[in-house]
Amino acid sequence: MTVNIIVCVKQVIDPEAPPSSFKVDEASKKVVPPAGVPPVISPFDENAVEAALRIKDAQGGKITVLSMGVNLLREVVKKPLSMGADELVLLEDEAFVGGDSWANALGLAMAIKKIGQYDLILCGRQAADWDDGQVGSGIAEMLGLPSVTLARKIDVGDGKAVVERVTADGYEVIEVSLPALITVSNELGEARYPTIKGIMAAKKIEPAVWKPADIGLEPAQIGAAGRKISLERLYQPVHEGKCELIEGESPEEAGVNLALKLREQKLL
Amino acid sequence: MTEYRGVMVHAEVAEGKLAAIATELLGCGRKLADDLGEELSAVIVGSGVSGSAQEAFAFGADKVYVVNDALLQDYRTDTHVAVMEKAVRQAMPSILLLGQTSIGRDLAPRLAFRLETAATMDCIELAIDSSSKRLLCTKPVYGGNARAAFISEVEPQIATVRAKAMTPLEPDSSRKGEVVAIEAGLDPSAVRTKVTEKVKQEVEGISLEAANVVIGGGRGIGGADGFKQLEELAGMLKGAVGASRPPCDNGWVPDVVQIGLTGKIVAPDLYLAVALSGSSQHMAGCSGCKNIVAINKDPEANIFREARFGVVGDWKKVLPAFTEKVRELLAE
Ligand SMILES: Cc1cc2nc3c(=O)[nH]c(=O)nc-3n(C[C@H](O)[C@H](O)[C@H](O)COP(=O)(O)OP(=O)(O)OC[C@H]3O[C@@H](n4cnc5c(N)ncnc54)[C@H](O)[C@@H]3O)c2cc1C
Repeated sequence: MTVNIIVCVKQVIDPEAPPSSFKVDEASKKVVPPAGVPPVISPFDENAVEAALRIKDAQGGKITVLSMGVNLLREVVKKPLSMGADELVLLEDEAFVGGDSWANALGLAMAIKKIGQYDLILCGRQAADWDDGQVGSGIAEMLGLPSVTLARKIDVGDGKAVVERVTADGYEVIEVSLPALITVSNELGEARYPTIKGIMAAKKIEPAVWKPADIGLEPAQIGAAGRKISLERLYQPVHEGKCELIEGESPEEAGVNLALKLREQKLL
Repeated sequence: MTEYRGVMVHAEVAEGKLAAIATELLGCGRKLADDLGEELSAVIVGSGVSGSAQEAFAFGADKVYVVNDALLQDYRTDTHVAVMEKAVRQAMPSILLLGQTSIGRDLAPRLAFRLETAATMDCIELAIDSSSKRLLCTKPVYGGNARAAFISEVEPQIATVRAKAMTPLEPDSSRKGEVVAIEAGLDPSAVRTKVTEKVKQEVEGISLEAANVVIGGGRGIGGADGFKQLEELAGMLKGAVGASRPPCDNGWVPDVVQIGLTGKIVAPDLYLAVALSGSSQHMAGCSGCKNIVAINKDPEANIFREARFGVVGDWKKVLPAFTEKVRELLAE
């Protein structure tokens, strides 16, 4: 069977930027984007794109990428296209900003309804900004679809998907009827690099840009106005720790001195 | 309108006993319930789980709802969300707590959305806000680089709690309470998933989560061979070996030993971090570590901001000498 897949991706501040470059503005309860570090697709969402591409490689199909926000950099949100996805839909409007998982899932679910044709919806297991991991399950609930979270492998066939789901001590194999929503974890494997051909092809693809009204929503239902959970405070934890560096004439001696120090401290 | 009242804990049972996270949730739930002057209940869902009710009382519950049904043997989203929805609609708790576990991560959001709200996931602090009397939920965000405090404007207020973030009460087996059985009433044909296999990736020796000494290796270890040296040291110290994500992604060690935001939460007395940079996502799994000791060749590595003791140097030179000295000291 050829498979119609929708993948939801989020543009986030690069989570691998050095922790020392990370700053918040407590007054506005916002993160200050680090200067000179471009945003990225949230890494688990890239794993979800990879999962979609593997299914497409195996049996053919169409991959539509869906992203929501403002100031979506085209070179960022087009990356999945340059990896091999086919279409891009952007929910781009100030009204979509500042939502919680509820408001965000609602926007995405309504857009998916409008896209209409799908066998599979894929999301990353959690976005690297709020680390919530709710939007995938939320979309499934809003659309009345079965959901499987934390996939490390997905096989599709016969109107169902067979999913390996990561657990604390290994994984479980789950069969789910289609259409379904699946969230993807990094254990699936790294996302492929865009190819030159892919980058050229992506350049030619014009994203569809939708506003709240296009998906039947009022601004009051989405973004900050649509929140169920209010953000009271955002701050950086203080590091009061001070590290005592153990030295030696040579690295080996430093190792020996470390052992002696830990012994003295009754840590060994 | 019926009022939402009290605190409810979703208590997971593993191998016939309350899971550690359930006892932690009860400890925290007890405090919240006392602050509100309301009741603490537990809900236990599964097959053959009725026996765990007494344990929940011992750890602080006033009342235990039990949903016991053969169809609840495996965790499945459809079945567990359905019975939890039923339990919540019957008990009407104002606060519902679940564990940030492989079950809780899946169950909490879907259940919350069914109840037309959202959860606050992976909390490390919970308190009753003094002015609003609402549940103030604090959780790490941006991979641990920041913390955020949230209040839900909707009932029930749902939160999941990170492992080892809360302390259980001393169990008191004389505590008693009321057991309420809830009929699962599931329609098997409405269940859209099936668990066909469960695969355990066994790791020899002491479990990471229980170990008093953890040796963590990072990308700088360079391969599976390097991890053998960490194993040797761990064996000597009766500890366990863990890793940052790259060694797992590269297949040097099994995925299940990953420590961090999306891996295991460890809380040993001694965490020896070798050739890992101490990314915020990794440290998210280490906040309970009592003493962090780092070996890293880069003096600027973030791990030195977290560690109590450290050596700046090549682990390939530092660690063997350290290991030999430890062997000597332990033999004394
Ligand atoms: C959403 C999200 C979730 C994540 N979840 C997790 C998680 O749960 N757990 C996790 O660990 N990571 C997680 N990560 C990845 C995380 O951001 C880092 O990429 C990862 O932790 C880095 O691993 P590392 O420290 O081993 O590697 P690096 O950051 O590359 O550090 C390697 C270190 O080794 C040192 N080194 C190299 N060679 C030597 C030598 N010979 N001697 C001494 N020192 C040496 C280097 O100086 C360096 O500091 C997550 C990332 C994202 C975006």
